Amino acid sequence: MLLRHTPKEIPTERKALTINPAKTCQPIGAMYAALGIHGCLPHSHGSQGCCAYHRSALTRHYKEPISAATSSFTEGASVFGGQANLLQAINNIFTVYEPDVIAVHTTCLSETIGDDLKQIRLKAQNEGKIPEGKYVIGAPTPSYVGSHVTGFSNMVKSMTEFAETTGKKNGKVNIIPGWVEPADMEEIKRMAKLTGVKTILFPDTSGVLNAPLTGEYKMFPDGGTTVAELKSAGDSVGTLALGEWCSADAARELDKKNKVPCNVLDMPFGLKATDRFVDALRKIAGVTVSDELALERGQLVDLISDMHQYFYHKKVALVGDPDQLISMTEFLVSIDMCPVHIITGTPGKKFEKRIREITKDMPFEVNVKAKGDMFLLHQWMKNDPVDLLIGNSYCKYMARDEDVPLVRWGFPILDRQGHQYFPTVGYKGGLRLLEKILEALLDRKDRDDPEEKFELVL
Amino acid sequence: MATMTKKKMVQWDPADVKAELLSKYPPKVARKRAKQIMINEALENETPEITANVRTTPGIITMRGCTYAGCKGVIMGPTRDIVNLVHGPIGCSFYAWLTRRNQTDAGPDGDNFINYCMSTDMQDSDIIFGGEKKLAQAIQEAYDLFHPKSIAVFATCPVGLIGDDIHTVAKNMKEKFGDCNVYAFSCEGYKGVSQSAGHHIANNQVFRHIVGENDEEKPGKFKINLLGEYNIGGDGFEIDRIFNKCGITNIATFSGNSTYDQFASAHTADLNAVMCHRSINYVADMLETKYGIPWIKVNFIGAEATAKSLRKIAEYFGDKELIDTVEAVIAEEMPAVDEVVSDVRIRTDGKTAMMFVGGSRAHHYKELFNEMGMKTISAGYEFGHRDDYEGRQVIPNLKVDADSRNIEELVIEADETRYRPRKTEKEMKALEKAGLQFKHYDGLAPDMDNDTLIIDDLNQYEAEKLVELMKPDIFCAGIKEKYSIQKLGVPMKQLHSYDSGGPYAGFKGAINFYNEIDRLVNSKVWSYMKAPWQKNPQLSAAYIWE
Ligand code: SF4
Ligand code: SF4
Repeated sequence: MLLRHTPKEIPTERKALTINPAKTCQPIGAMYAALGIHGCLPHSHGSQGCCAYHRSALTRHYKEPISAATSSFTEGASVFGGQANLLQAINNIFTVYEPDVIAVHTTCLSETIGDDLKQIRLKAQNEGKIPEGKYVIGAPTPSYVGSHVTGFSNMVKSMTEFAETTGKKNGKVNIIPGWVEPADMEEIKRMAKLTGVKTILFPDTSGVLNAPLTGEYKMFPDGGTTVAELKSAGDSVGTLALGEWCSADAARELDKKNKVPCNVLDMPFGLKATDRFVDALRKIAGVTVSDELALERGQLVDLISDMHQYFYHKKVALVGDPDQLISMTEFLVSIDMCPVHIITGTPGKKFEKRIREITKDMPFEVNVKAKGDMFLLHQWMKNDPVDLLIGNSYCKYMARDEDVPLVRWGFPILDRQGHQYFPTVGYKGGLRLLEKILEALLDRKDRDDPEEKFELVL
Repeated sequence: MATMTKKKMVQWDPADVKAELLSKYPPKVARKRAKQIMINEALENETPEITANVRTTPGIITMRGCTYAGCKGVIMGPTRDIVNLVHGPIGCSFYAWLTRRNQTDAGPDGDNFINYCMSTDMQDSDIIFGGEKKLAQAIQEAYDLFHPKSIAVFATCPVGLIGDDIHTVAKNMKEKFGDCNVYAFSCEGYKGVSQSAGHHIANNQVFRHIVGENDEEKPGKFKINLLGEYNIGGDGFEIDRIFNKCGITNIATFSGNSTYDQFASAHTADLNAVMCHRSINYVADMLETKYGIPWIKVNFIGAEATAKSLRKIAEYFGDKELIDTVEAVIAEEMPAVDEVVSDVRIRTDGKTAMMFVGGSRAHHYKELFNEMGMKTISAGYEFGHRDDYEGRQVIPNLKVDADSRNIEELVIEADETRYRPRKTEKEMKALEKAGLQFKHYDGLAPDMDNDTLIIDDLNQYEAEKLVELMKPDIFCAGIKEKYSIQKLGVPMKQLHSYDSGGPYAGFKGAINFYNEIDRLVNSKVWSYMKAPWQKNPQLSAAYIWE
């Protein structure tokens, strides 16, 4: 047994010890978001370990180069503050790597010291360390608050600094996709295009974290939201923010600062959430939905009906991030699966409330927890076994111990590939999710069925 | 493709390459880096001096990690029956969770916590009001749940800043439990300049709190400790297999697949064999000073190196039977190695490699490349010190700067009751005279050819430039470097965690490595970079004319 020390009994609630976390820290989210700006080098303001860890984790997930710099604090900086380090870093970065933008995020260390990013950036500006036409943006990302999702949201919010209001609308819709994969961002753009809506999507990691192998290394790949687009976002007709946790803050900021009205939606995973997304897109742009998208929707419905017998009342355990889990839970319920154990490491009481609403008519009791961990999820699974587990690669230890099929979905995926190339958002993505779920369930059925029950046609 | 690479290779001049690497830096950075880039040349009996173990310049994309990574990730991570509890915000603990590919084998009923990640997940209230209470509570909860022999607590950056006294908390909990050794590591990431400081902090505490706790005599005639072997990809398992075959008893591995009891009994061994000089040479020194156990440098990376290391161990014990067994084992293992190497060499001979890893690995793996007929044209360490480059004779002259000064040096004296020199002075002299060198390490530089480049703390920009200019057939570093190098069309092998596969140590490991490098450098994929229609149109015109 891999997790041989995990007991079934849950005598008392742990108050201080987190075991096998279902979240990580803010800066990695900020780093991921910043990679979605074209020509941007993320910068970690702290000691170099955090940056090394965040780069490594993202690299393992994407199998792509992740460039990011660090202020490399040593003991001195920790005592006297990191201003000198950051100023020096900004100068070195613009000289050596020549990015268009440096996106600075803090770490626990610089936050605990109390470094003031705004003031340091101002100083850099005044000292001429930021060349003409280049930018330094910054987001505070203390990891002792929230989770990696919070960090992502904070960095996306800081991107709205670029937004300008010229008084002349650009006829575009801002879409803030939230922490989804590059392939998902691509798919959201495709769906908008099919609907005939002009969009500014930010951040946009497509073309950055699924770059080709050509014998040439581009430190700043072709993809990413350009600074010009980010500036123009202030003139858009409206903003669709996908995911309350990931995207709402940025959308509200644009509303407040640039008077761009916003609509916060669930992430478009599964049938219903995608329906709402497409409907909102249609309304905000005043267009009719294309036949092509309607066709894709029909295909998804078709597959649900074709294979419903394998979904019906199957129990599922889920772990991941709030925005994704809310839509996924809704999707599973909509196809009559039963998500019975749901855990996110990210705090937020609202999460538990939403999940309870979505699952209220389910025939089984539901365990849900924000600020939970995988150790607890595993204990729940031991007490009330499930037919399927959905979550990141760390779930494979529980899946093997409990002999439960696993669908890898979320962050990080360290042992399989495809997430950067094939979307799971939208109707097409829904098809892929169902394909993965069916594959897992039916492979297991084929493995477990006795010979006389083994069937060719399923 | 391959022939083109070879042609380019002979064109570079190391001085030009060095100048090119420095050309884009601001002057201050260039001056500093110049001292860390050394053109290897044979001076009279000595190597030129390199600057190492100094701070990384802010903004320069370094390969290095932090002290915590060296302490919790490298040294304590591979222990299996010690509960590792990280005191800090969640991230530090999360990233060190199962990412280094240390293998463990707990047996059917054994303890194995390596698959668990534990943290106090500090919140803002803990940062403001202090986290000592939460830490004590977390230790209690870990104890109640798992009843481990031992709990290790690791501090991350904010902990040092807010002044939590983790050592007192650990001590109190230890006293409270009575049957569980609890101790803490002040390994905040900002201490020191790299992982290296963390190795030191970890090893100091292991030495202070665990080594010597169990005096029970372990069976075995030839008892050694293997220091600085972390069982990445199962390296330690392969080395243990060979030891077993030879009749050598490995009391404690520091720290691959290690247990609390192994550390606790380490003082009962009769020889320390040091693999990774950087991360652990001081432990070997301390074990000698306190308990009288001599140490030798070994290297089990490379079949020849493995044979040589086994012979050294046998020579130390001076037992005829052991010497014969070792020879028999080598004779038995080598044919399989030779068979693979002679096949692989057809395809690897004359190819070139670059290695920028660790504090010893860049040196160790040179052996394997040599065996395959591959030349190492540039190498360096991520967190090595000068002695790892130039040899231990420089140690007395090492500058102690502000960053090194705050890493504790334990003052060790001979143990009153347990100090026992394993050999008499006369025996040691005789062994030395016969060629066995104790406390000896020459470093990387003497093994590198003239006019190769030795570069300390290589960064992303320099790596890319080096590959562009010198066109190696393979580049070795860590995960962060892997894909930027491969985008250039050059295969990259991780030598920290090996990507996948292993073991690469010992005889079987050598075979694995030859096959792996053969696969990488000769993979067809490197010929697919350009689509047919992207290739030079003139070439196709020439083809028509031929
Ligand atoms: S916070 Fe400190 S200890 Fe943690 S990863 Fe960062 S540098 Fe290392
Ligand atoms: S110190 Fe904070 S920012 Fe750095 S890795 Fe740890 S949790 Fe993340």
